[in-house]
Amino acid sequence: MLLPIVGLIVGLIIGSLCPISIPQEYAKLFSVALLAALDTVFGGLRANAEEKFDNTVFITGFFTNALLAAVLVYIGDRLGIDLYYVAMLAFGLRIFQNLAIIRRYFLKK
Amino acid sequence: MLPIKQGQAAIALVCIVLGFMLAVQFRTTQDIKSTVPFQRIEDISQRLAQTEKERDSLMEEVQSLRKSSNKEVLSKEIENVKMGAGVTPLKGPGIVVTIDDSKRQSKTGENPNLYLIHDDDILKVINELWAASAEAVSINEQRLIASSEIRCAGPTLSVNNTRYSPPYEITAIGDPKNLENALKMRGGVVETLQFWGIQVSIKKLDEVNVPGYKGTFRFEYAHPVKEGE
Repeated sequence: MLLPIVGLIVGLIIGSLCPISIPQEYAKLFSVALLAALDTVFGGLRANAEEKFDNTVFITGFFTNALLAAVLVYIGDRLGIDLYYVAMLAFGLRIFQNLAIIRRYFLKK
Repeated sequence: MLPIKQGQAAIALVCIVLGFMLAVQFRTTQDIKSTVPFQRIEDISQRLAQTEKERDSLMEEVQSLRKSSNKEVLSKEIENVKMGAGVTPLKGPGIVVTIDDSKRQSKTGENPNLYLIHDDDILKVINELWAASAEAVSINEQRLIASSEIRCAGPTLSVNNTRYSPPYEITAIGDPKNLENALKMRGGVVETLQFWGIQVSIKKLDEVNVPGYKGTFRFEYAHPVKEGE
């Protein structure tokens, strides 16, 4: 459990040291990608808790989810469909579900 | 503490990426908040352009007016200055205020002066009239100009070095309603005067006449300052 937290902190430090800023028109896409990534991480934690963790599924899931979410929102933007909110809702729900399962697992232990 | 160790490295790696994204997103949001919205910039720059155009056209107008400086403009200006100086008789809508001493008998031991009109009472009325944007004011046929004095001279009042005794008639040109309201304001000058029984009557008229200043201007000490000095 320690390693992911260390990783998170290292990532935060790298991110805040790098002078990268997302242009305003892509900020929306990036935020959805971030939410997808967050969702995947919680999914991974849940799988770990349920002892069903698969490395490849996790890694590929992380990147494809983030990319797919961003692409979907981009397409939605072009077509005038607000897929942004759909992605937000879906990922948000999943995050809370996963969190609940993880919590229950820890409580049972 | 978790049974499966192999996933931890992967999660750590993903967490690095996640942390990176979080930090970047945080900064991006901060940037968006701190930058002025695009719409606002457009708005303001448009307004600036408009104002600049207005300024240029006004400058042109000033220049053309200066260049032409034709007699019409000049004579109008002289007329204005004369009206301001108070040498031309004027007429227009306005009010006539008549002020007379109190008829009330002063009680024994009371200062009878309280029931008489003094220069400062008149000055207060005049001041109120100017404040209500009166354009010309006269007292008993004496036009008030910049150097007019209003002063007690024994039982009489000296205006433009001419003495008058009550009742005093103050004529003012301006918006009659404004002038009347300014005087009749609650706790205003008329209310104070009436408290002492001093008789004040205000008449609103469509046309009142204010005479011009009949004296001469003498400047012994003052000299005009030449431009550029």
